[in-house]
Amino acid sequence: MISLNYRDTRPIYEQIKDGLRKLIVTKAIATDEKLPSVRALATQLSINPNTIQRAYNDLENEGYIYSIPGKGSFATGDHQAGADRRRELWEKTRELLAELRYLGVSQEELMALLDEEPSGGAPAGPQKEEL
Amino acid sequence: MSVLDCKALTKRYGRVTALDEISFSAEPGRIIGLLGPNGSGKTTLIKLANGLLTPDSGVLSICGAAPGPATRALVSYLPERTAIPTWMSAAQLMDFYGDFYQDFRRQTAEEMLAHLGISPKQRIKQMSKGTREKVQLIMVMSRAAKLYLLDEPIGGVDPATRDYILSTIIGNYSPDAAVILSTHLIADVEQVLDDVIFINQGRLVLQSTVDNIREEQHKSVDALFREVFKC
Repeated sequence: MISLNYRDTRPIYEQIKDGLRKLIVTKAIATDEKLPSVRALATQLSINPNTIQRAYNDLENEGYIYSIPGKGSFATGDHQAGADRRRELWEKTRELLAELRYLGVSQEELMALLDEEPSGGAPAGPQKEEL
Repeated sequence: MSVLDCKALTKRYGRVTALDEISFSAEPGRIIGLLGPNGSGKTTLIKLANGLLTPDSGVLSICGAAPGPATRALVSYLPERTAIPTWMSAAQLMDFYGDFYQDFRRQTAEEMLAHLGISPKQRIKQMSKGTREKVQLIMVMSRAAKLYLLDEPIGGVDPATRDYILSTIIGNYSPDAAVILSTHLIADVEQVLDDVIFINQGRLVLQSTVDNIREEQHKSVDALFREVFKC
């Protein structure tokens, strides 16, 4: 469910964060669903438990997951995700849009893309309010 | 307190200096990779830490004590070659470990053997090399030690066994214990390590965390190793 590439030079905890984030935003892990325990995920992926713990801590700080002491970690509902990550994605989207325009993709096509896939990611409403 | 602390450790074999003023410490809860090419001093360092060898100079302490009978209760050691009596059955081996080590968790060992489908009645002699290595690792990891010294735990076994060995090490992770494992198969162990120590010709070349190497040098540990030890 999470793919890791050790040849990828990014830290392993970053790769785990990306994998879990994807599962959460696509609702493969539903809101309030329990994530595997640090130990279980460590054993399953054959990865150092401290690395998993670090990924969980980071995701908690970013607002993707919350933890209940003694119970474990759970996926958070959409709009609580961290402002930093939103800003980061906003910038990325801007870059992607600029490049798509440069490649001659029309405004209409881009609008169509926006209407296409409402699932995955936070709803547009609260995102706009914040920025 | 550090589980293992080495200060200016030196060991010579006749005129050959195997270890030259090595200093480092291992903190509890860390899995540390002792990495170096063949003949770099990995095994010597591990043998010093469990008291099989004595240093020519320098100080070594385990949980604050000098290596001796008392520290043997704290250290669980996996030698690089099979060192278990081969005439014993797996069950007899568990009795043997239970007699020697107070911290031996028999139930844990039995569960791990059952998981691998190894009958307690089977004699070590009748087992394949890979199975022997697994059984020996199970004995070593079934102890609730403070320091695990694993000398080449994944050398000479097939990739599936390698995965099993690594997940056994992780499955027995304890926040109060440190694990030091020596290997030159870096790409295979990178994801289980917190810290790495590179040694070459008896000298400490680098000590860092895996995350640091990836964040600062933008390299995997394997790539860095190939660069540092380029022949």
